[in-house]
Amino acid sequence: MSAAQKTMENTVTFDLAAAPLRELNATLQGLDASTNQTAWSVHNPRGGHAIAVGLTAPIAVTIEGHAGYYCAGMNDGATVIINGSAGTGVAENMMSGLVHVKGDVSQSAGATAHGGLLIVDGNASARCGISMKGVNIVVKGNVGHMSAFMAQSGNLVICGDAGEALGDSLYEARLFVKGSVQSLGADCEVKEMSAEDKTILVDLLAKAGVDAKPEEFTRYGSARKLYNFHVDNAGAY
Amino acid sequence: MNETHLPHIPQTKPRYSATFDPYTISEIERAAATGIYDIRGGGTKRKLPHFDDLVFLGASISRYPLEGYREKCGTDVVLGTRFAKKPIHLKTPVTIAGMSFGALSGNAKEALGRGATAVGTSTTTGDGGMTPEERGHSQTLVYQYLPSRYGMNLADLRKADAIEVVIGQGAKPGGGGMLLGQKISDRVAQMRNLPKGIDQRSACRHPDWTGPDDLEIKILELRELTNWEKPIYVKVGATRPYYDTALAVKAGADVVVLDGMQGGTAATQEVFIEHVGIPILAAIRPAVQALQDLGLHRKVQLIVSGGIRNGADVAKAMALGADAVAIGTAALIALGDNSPEFEDEYRKLGTTAGAYDDWHEGKDPAGITTQDPVLAARLDPVKAGRRLANYLSVLTLEAQTLARACGKSHLHNLEPEDLVALTIEAAAMAQVPLAGTSWIPGKNF
Ligand SMILES: Cc1cc2nc3c(=O)[nH]c(=O)nc-3n(C[C@H](O)[C@H](O)[C@H](O)COP(=O)(O)O)c2cc1C
Repeated sequence: MSAAQKTMENTVTFDLAAAPLRELNATLQGLDASTNQTAWSVHNPRGGHAIAVGLTAPIAVTIEGHAGYYCAGMNDGATVIINGSAGTGVAENMMSGLVHVKGDVSQSAGATAHGGLLIVDGNASARCGISMKGVNIVVKGNVGHMSAFMAQSGNLVICGDAGEALGDSLYEARLFVKGSVQSLGADCEVKEMSAEDKTILVDLLAKAGVDAKPEEFTRYGSARKLYNFHVDNAGAY
Repeated sequence: MNETHLPHIPQTKPRYSATFDPYTISEIERAAATGIYDIRGGGTKRKLPHFDDLVFLGASISRYPLEGYREKCGTDVVLGTRFAKKPIHLKTPVTIAGMSFGALSGNAKEALGRGATAVGTSTTTGDGGMTPEERGHSQTLVYQYLPSRYGMNLADLRKADAIEVVIGQGAKPGGGGMLLGQKISDRVAQMRNLPKGIDQRSACRHPDWTGPDDLEIKILELRELTNWEKPIYVKVGATRPYYDTALAVKAGADVVVLDGMQGGTAATQEVFIEHVGIPILAAIRPAVQALQDLGLHRKVQLIVSGGIRNGADVAKAMALGADAVAIGTAALIALGDNSPEFEDEYRKLGTTAGAYDDWHEGKDPAGITTQDPVLAARLDPVKAGRRLANYLSVLTLEAQTLARACGKSHLHNLEPEDLVALTIEAAAMAQVPLAGTSWIPGKNF
């Protein structure tokens, strides 16, 4: 592997300027759960798409720069740290593991993800957490419109403000917002913060390294009025 | 007695309006009573231009046929030859279309897998993820990648033999899936990560891409996730088949699946089923044209569906340029859907065998479109699988019969030149001459 070089700290560096994406992904996907080679560093991502997707080994991959679409897509157990910003669909359909973006993320961050933790230090664009199915997402900045659209389960913590139509057609996901919400989507409402909610929020804030108190957040959830077809809700269909 | 007898005045017979026919009136009454649109399963029920409006010319003095017994007529097809490292080889070009676990019972999915595997063809998952039943019983399994992404996970993606990115279906191009509360059982709810018993409407747009440029990146991701092994299909409902095919190809599809408006669904608004999309007959030629214009006909394979019932439909679809076909409704009928055996029960549901289409209600007497364990247990997956295998064999034999009569040693050698149309509409849509003339409306005036 010419593009990969081992450093003294036992980190393998992979240069995407010198070798194709296929080689990087095939190498990382080929590692099994018992691998000793757990530290990887990817150089020159240059906004490329589908970097470090489909990882199943408990490794840590650091991407030194900006990533394009679907970075860490379908991650299942790896830690992927992006020292830059990420494009559309970062950590989409993640099953487990950790994805931490130091910059901002584009649309549909964490879309349909089933598990794991996605941390965004900057802002997230529209549809953050769309159709999420169990993932935990912490956005330290703001999120764009239609975030948590049709979100099924899991927790979305927004430390900044939320754009229009937050939680539209929400199912059972829990949303926590510290800042303002431009508007709520259909069937999304303010809920009382339960003890269980608080525990979840405190834990996620700690994991993401956010210095804030749960009391500063408002909890939103589904009003469950659209769960069954009803003539009086026709306007929302 | 001086009772005067008026002369007998003949009464006119009650006459139904062609515009306000009894069905239309019943629908107005239903709408007025409920305030919600009608939902049902199946495909369009009204008559549309279809394959029956075409006939094969057969051999004549200028063409000679193949001998039924001795001369081979191939039926196999390879799908995914463009980019996939592991294309799919099928013995017959009749595949089983995507139908979800949720819409169908576990036994029905198993029966589909058994029947398809027996004759060497594929089955397809649906809007609910992959079940062990179907993976276990389908030798070749296509895994659908839908807007809802219910049950989507990396392990199953890697277990699939091909991946089908669903943009739309012929029954409801532009609409999402629908599964009503009666069918959201514990298992279905768990697989889809939804509360039990809700009326579930899936998204109609993918959550993390819009448009052909994004789709290209999505397909790249799917290939990177699966080591570039698996054929990637793109399924569209027939609306703008020329452009949709061209854009799917541009985005990197190995296979385009084109589903006409007759195509069945498990549940959708009646108004959607009957009024959106175009008949498959009208969609095949523009799709083939797009492939030809790109120099990729037969390199990117085309699978068509929507109202395929018999070997003649299969042969005609292939003569118009398709590489394979897919069946949904017909496969369910072969399993036992709408069987007269259950007439008493259909009556209780206010319908009759042959007309039952409330597949969304989960009360299917045949145990196919249900999640009720008692009803589902009625379907013996082994016997139903056998019936499906028989039926698929008949489709293949019938298509071969027609191909041989046209002098073709492989179903893929059938061509538009073998066909003429019985109606002007069909001639225009299929772009073959009206029988007895050389007239193709819109081509030569
Ligand atoms: C019960 C049922 C469930 C279906 N579920 C799906 C689905 O989950 N995803 C999909 O792309 N198409 C679905 N379809 C459509 C079929 O894949 C296919 O396009 C259609 O049935 C073909 O037309 P035909 O029924 O006339 O053969 C379903 C159809 C039926 C009848």
